[in-house]
Order: sequence, then structure tokens, then C-alpha cells
Amino acid sequence: MKLEGRKIYKGIAEGEAIVTKDGISFYGGVDPDTGKVVEVGHELEGQSITGKVLVFPTGKGSTVGSYTMYRMKKNNTAPVAIVNKQIDTIIAVGCIISEIPCVDKIDIDNINTGQILVVNGSEGTIEIIE
Amino acid sequence: MKLTSEEQEMLEGKYGKAAKKSMEILTTLGEIFHSDYMVDVYGVQIAGVSYANLGEAGLEFLSEMADDGKVRVLTTLNPAGMDRENWKVLGIDEEFAKNQNRAIDAFAKMGIITTCSCTPYLIGNAPHFGQHIAWAESSAVCYANSVIGARTNREGGPSALASALTGKTPNYGYHLDQNRHGEVLINITTQVKGTDEFGVLGKIIGDKLGELGKKIPYITGIDSATMEELKSFCASVATYGGVALFHMEGITPEYNNYPKPTEISFDIDRKDLEKTRSELIDEDIEIDFVSIGCPHASIHEIAKIASLLDGKKVNKEFWITTARPTKKIADEAGYSKIIEDAGAKFAADTCCVVAPIKGRFKGIMVDSAKACYYGRAKNQFKVKIGTIEECIEEATL
Repeated sequence: MKLEGRKIYKGIAEGEAIVTKDGISFYGGVDPDTGKVVEVGHELEGQSITGKVLVFPTGKGSTVGSYTMYRMKKNNTAPVAIVNKQIDTIIAVGCIISEIPCVDKIDIDNINTGQILVVNGSEGTIEIIE
Repeated sequence: MKLTSEEQEMLEGKYGKAAKKSMEILTTLGEIFHSDYMVDVYGVQIAGVSYANLGEAGLEFLSEMADDGKVRVLTTLNPAGMDRENWKVLGIDEEFAKNQNRAIDAFAKMGIITTCSCTPYLIGNAPHFGQHIAWAESSAVCYANSVIGARTNREGGPSALASALTGKTPNYGYHLDQNRHGEVLINITTQVKGTDEFGVLGKIIGDKLGELGKKIPYITGIDSATMEELKSFCASVATYGGVALFHMEGITPEYNNYPKPTEISFDIDRKDLEKTRSELIDEDIEIDFVSIGCPHASIHEIAKIASLLDGKKVNKEFWITTARPTKKIADEAGYSKIIEDAGAKFAADTCCVVAPIKGRFKGIMVDSAKACYYGRAKNQFKVKIGTIEECIEEATL
């Protein structure tokens, strides 16, 4: 199944989806050294987002979060791609400076954790391949 | 988005790597927020300066940008994690100081003026009414939009840097007339006075707007306000409500430009102020730290502190946080000597919010509602708000 969205940052990446209904704050909410979500009470608390296609509604929290994403990319703990329902400035800037393919305007209710996705940030599409 | 040929060439890399990355950031933001074109900015204020927030990764990003990036417009910096001259006396460790200086050097290499202050409008980065700017630092954004009537969105560190290196920002949000109308009418039925009380007022309004999901208050009933009171109000209303613009009848320059909001309104009275003030005073607080200058103290505030401290001795850690240029004026005027003879310390370039002092003190007394928020959330101190006079009384008990 192919879903049409909007391109935010270019590039194509394939990976396993990890989906949450909660917003994500990279600054303080994710440990950039381990790649795990550490925000208390978050749906993904304790789970690693490293190497995954991270699917969530929108970003939240401090603008420093963009730098946290860059740090994760350098640490090899970043997600391979990001899919949002509605992008915010922090995640958009984070994806651009970290060069993480990103698409938004996707109905994320159609995606389940564990599915394999191909995110095409250059075209603004995602494909659920299994 | 329509780009000029120069902007297009920046995007294609003809002006170097840093300008290309910057234009990628700005055009993407422009697309997200449905902007048609870029506007030229008069000046930029950059946040994300403290090494405690940047970390090695942020520093690496800045170093990459500094490879070939040069500012095209007047650009100043937010406070750093330490006083660049006096850090040892203030208890900052050497490793942190070294890393903080690496970050500041990267900014300097790009041609950014390393003033390290949250009050750029007091030290020469001074836009006038109607000018487009790209500022980070929520309190300064609120001051520029509301008190000066300049136009800026709430930029983050990287997007502000992108504007500095290109001289551009996408034309959306607070740059446009249609997004600058007041949304909520707030009538103040009591006299508000002092930096502390204006901070308390900012918290009431910020909290309330958060609940309402609104951003632009239109405030009536304030007869007069000093620059320092407005500075404190801006910091507070931005911290508690994410407010980037307010109108204040008879005080701010744009209040008459748009219709008064009529749909939602509420009053704030003396009881509301007292109740919210009590929320900014923790129980069983043991004060071992007093700090004035959030946002950075003006020369007028420093003069007042000097007159209150003259001939006294402080018996607690006492910081006056300010911009270095303001500190230099205080040196020349003789205020610094009076203050330092009393045992208080200047912490220029930094503040009690961004310095790495988490857990170092038990309780902090301040005249700033913003400092209360970060004192609790970031540094795990108990907090107490008071007037400048009360802060000095506490320090000299």
C-alpha cells in the first residue's frame, strides 16, 4: 500500500515501523546515546527508536531537540526515517540538519508497529511493503 | 515558494555549503507554513549557545557551518553557560569552560557578535517598528514583536543561524498583519508595579492562554510600565504561555492597528495576582542563592542594586546577570565597585537559567517569574519571587 504525503526532507530509507500516538520531544524525551525513549509515561518509554522508521503525530518541547537529532545521527542512534501526521519546526529542522528522510501529512492510523516501510522523502510518499 | 535568483543560487550551493544548508532549512520551513516568498531581515538573535544544551553534536554542527558560513546581517548571541571572564569565581569547571569557548569561537568565526545576552535590544541589536527580524530567545522575541513592533517568529537555534547566514526568513506567521491581531481581551483591574509583579501577571496570562489554546493577548488597564517591567513581563508570558506577541493599550505601538478582541475576555484583579504570587513561593524554602537579571539586568536596574547594596555585605551567593556591555557601563559609573565590595558577583554573558548549576543550591530568590520556572524545572531549586528590594534584604540578612 502506498500513502501520499508531503516531502519534508529528501532521501529514501527502508525500515521497521515504530508507531506512537504520543508527540515526541527529542530534547529530554529521548536519550541520544542509547536511542531509547526516556520520557516518563510516554507510550514508547524504554523502547529504542534506533534504525527504525519513527512514526508519530508531531514534535513537541524545546527547539534544542533539533540538535539532539543531529547528535543521534552522529552517534548512529537515530531513526532511519521519520513519518509525521503534522510536522513541526523542531522535527523539520532536525531532519534537515541530520539528513534524515522525512514525510508528513500521512494518516498514521494506517501504520502499525513492526510493518516494513519505505519512506521516500524526495517524493513525499511512504510504502507499506509488509 | 518563489525564490529570487540569489536565493535559488544559495539553495544550489553557489554561495557555499553553509548557505546551502541554511536555505534548505528556510525553504522547508517556508513550505511547511505556506509562505510565498522570503523577506530580508534586519538582524538575527541566535539561541542555543550554552554548551550544556548544545553538547558535542550541536558543536559539531556549528563547526561544520563555520567552515564556510559568514553572516550577512547583524547577528548577536544568547547567553552562554558561563561568564567568559569570571567563570572560575562562579564555580564553573574548567572542562565546561573549554567547551563553552569552543562553541563561542565557532559563532565568532561566522562573524556573529558574541555579546551573549538575552536582551539584544539593549545592546545594539535594535530593530525599529515594522522591521523584519529572525530572533530566537522567547523573551526577546516577545519584546521585539510587542514592545518595539518589529516582526519575528519564534525561531530556534538552527533556523536563526540559517537566517543569519542568508539574511532571509520565510514570510509567514508574525511577519504578516493578519496574524498579529489580539485574540483574547484581558482587563487588569488593579495597579501592577515592579518587575516581580509584572512577571506574576505574565504567568497568569500565559497559563490562561495555554488553557484557551490562544496566543495573542490584548491587555487593557495598565497605566504605565517601565522598560524593565515589560522585559520581565515578556519573559514570563513567553515562558508560561509561549506568547510571542501581545498588545497593551496605551503602551505598545500596535494596539490600535487591529480591532479589539471581543469574543473571549476576562479580568485580572489584586486577588489573582496574590494567588499566583503564592504559587511562585515554595514552602519551607531555605534560600542560599539570590539572582537578579532574568532577563539580563539593565543599567538602570544595576544602578538601583548598587544604591541598595551601598555599604552592606551579602551573606549568600548573589549573582547579577547582565550583558557584558552593560557591565562595562556599570564599571565606568562606579556601580560595579559598590556591588562587588558588598560581596555580590557579576555573572555577565550568562544567567541562572543556562549556567550549569543544577543542584548546586537549595533555594533561589529572584525578582523574575521566568527564573522561578527554570529554577524549579531545570535546576531543581526551591524558588521564591520578590521585589528587587526584598531580594537584597534577603541577601544581606
